[in-house]
Amino acid sequence: MQEKHTMPAPARHYFWNDPDKRALVFQIIVTVAILGLAFVVVENTLSNLEKRGITTGFDFLSQESGFGIIQSLVEYDETHSFGKTFIVGLLNTILVSVLGIILATVVGFLVGVGRLSNNWLVARVCGAYVEIFRNIPLLLQILFWYFAVLRTLPSPRQSLDLYDTFFLNIRGLYIPAPIFQEGAIWIGVALLLAIASVWVIKRWAEQRQLASGKTFPVFYTAAVIVIGLPLLAWFMTGQPVHWEVPALKGFNFRGGYAVIPELCALLIALTLYTASYIAENVRSGIEAVNKGQTEAAFALGLPKSRTMQLVIIPQAMRVIIPPLASQYMNLIKNSSLATAVGYPDLVAVFAGTTLNQTGQAVEIILITMSVYLLMSLLVSLLMNMFNKKMALAER
Amino acid sequence: MMTSVNNAEMAGSDSAMIELRKLNKWYGDFHVLRDIDLTVRKGERIVICGPSGSGKSTMIRCINRLEEHQQGDIIINGREMTNDLKDIEQVRMEVGMVFQHFNLFPHLTVLENCTLAPIWVRKQPRKEAEAIAMQYLERVRIPDQADKYPGQLSGGQQQRVAIARSLCMNPQVMLFDEPTSALDPEMIKEVLDVMVELANEGMTMLCVTHEMGFAKTVADRVIFMDEGQIVEENEPESFFNNPQSERTKLFLSQILQH
Repeated sequence: MQEKHTMPAPARHYFWNDPDKRALVFQIIVTVAILGLAFVVVENTLSNLEKRGITTGFDFLSQESGFGIIQSLVEYDETHSFGKTFIVGLLNTILVSVLGIILATVVGFLVGVGRLSNNWLVARVCGAYVEIFRNIPLLLQILFWYFAVLRTLPSPRQSLDLYDTFFLNIRGLYIPAPIFQEGAIWIGVALLLAIASVWVIKRWAEQRQLASGKTFPVFYTAAVIVIGLPLLAWFMTGQPVHWEVPALKGFNFRGGYAVIPELCALLIALTLYTASYIAENVRSGIEAVNKGQTEAAFALGLPKSRTMQLVIIPQAMRVIIPPLASQYMNLIKNSSLATAVGYPDLVAVFAGTTLNQTGQAVEIILITMSVYLLMSLLVSLLMNMFNKKMALAER
Repeated sequence: MMTSVNNAEMAGSDSAMIELRKLNKWYGDFHVLRDIDLTVRKGERIVICGPSGSGKSTMIRCINRLEEHQQGDIIINGREMTNDLKDIEQVRMEVGMVFQHFNLFPHLTVLENCTLAPIWVRKQPRKEAEAIAMQYLERVRIPDQADKYPGQLSGGQQQRVAIARSLCMNPQVMLFDEPTSALDPEMIKEVLDVMVELANEGMTMLCVTHEMGFAKTVADRVIFMDEGQIVEENEPESFFNNPQSERTKLFLSQILQH
């Protein structure tokens, strides 16, 4: 007689065999553990601070700082508060980060595309660039630009100059500054007007393409308008903008804008270092696009440049953007190496000098870390939005 | 009984759409095309078959310069294929191509896939290009998918979009490079149906395929290639019932067995 297969009698149902309940239990345990640990850390810190007689709090931010900073985007001297010091440092960090991100993106894209060039020399030069700058520690590169390049520049009297307008010497780069006089506002108005009309022309050109198939050289027209209109306004209002050219007065240059060598060194190093990584992202993004895409575009008669613009780059972007976001964040965080050459960034003036003078280590480190965290999250947020826009619609 | 027809002689040179003369191509040391001579008349439908690696795809990819040949001449509609970029673009405008893996542009909708080249290459107004694209999408029976993205369609639908995309450029010749090889069996028919329709409308077609049923119904000539050479060419009836060379017999026995 054949044995009948029956299900074994149902065992008792234990709640720990239910994946949902099990997950809930683990989450409760982890949450309690983390909260407990945080409590111990805070408790321990507070009691240690109390033992050493260190007062906690953020009152120090309104105290007078008593030290100067070599570069400040806002009005600042040693009579201002530590709070103002924080602002100055933050702005300096943002300045070098924003400039670095823009420049690194431009250089990175050029080198990345260049590495894929059919031109043997261009491809090799770009390849060599990437391998050199990617494989040398960033700190070393910053020190190189500062000490080996900029510190060996001549003194102000023997400045290198370009048409007696731009001067480069050991104290920095001196460039002319615009002086706005009465009527200069019209140039700004003209610029806004130019941008508005370019927008109108762009719309009109699109409509015309829709209706007749004729294309219009929007880019060149836009270039002429955007440059031409403000220039016209400048002449018509009696040339109200003058350039203040830096000039040697005594031992140093006066007038114009001075870009300190610390900023130059940091900016060059951050740009070249990050650009080498971005170049690799761009290259891998372009290479990730299936070769069939190029073939299909070619087979339809699209020229190489249009294929790149309409088919390859839009698809490569979705591969490029996520690692691009991390490179931007890396650049922001790496800018804290400014301390090495004395560029007054947030870490140098706030987590450095301010901390030394006030001793409020916990508060200052906490603030500084939060600032970097916030900046990174902001970049992340923006790049995610951009990425979402570029993402492909799937099934 | 010799039924093979020398088509090169039969075709008047004025009605020749594609002429390949003594075409040779190497990949490094590998001689992939050997002395290919082929004349395709306007309106002719040609099926090319042969074992993998025999140079079928390479040959038709030479016709629109996706591959560069090293020796011999390619003349398309009276225009000789040279290194001149403008010549190449001109030829590509007149020669449509459908790929094994569809190669639709995934970042563009079905409609945008179809209008991209007409707008940017033929400089058609967008509205007109869209109207033409909708006509072709109707002909391949997927007008309702126009606003979807390729990733949202089945393989058969994608291949039909690819055919419509090529037709939007109003080509003189269509090249098909194993158009059904990447499809599930039940989707092959919907693509073949479209291709048969196209053939019946008089389109000049070169089709690399192993769909022997398709070859029997629409082909004017079947070409068998092996090791970079054209081994045999004949009209389908004779080709399948009375193959001349041993190599062709072996190939046919292998693919028709099951």
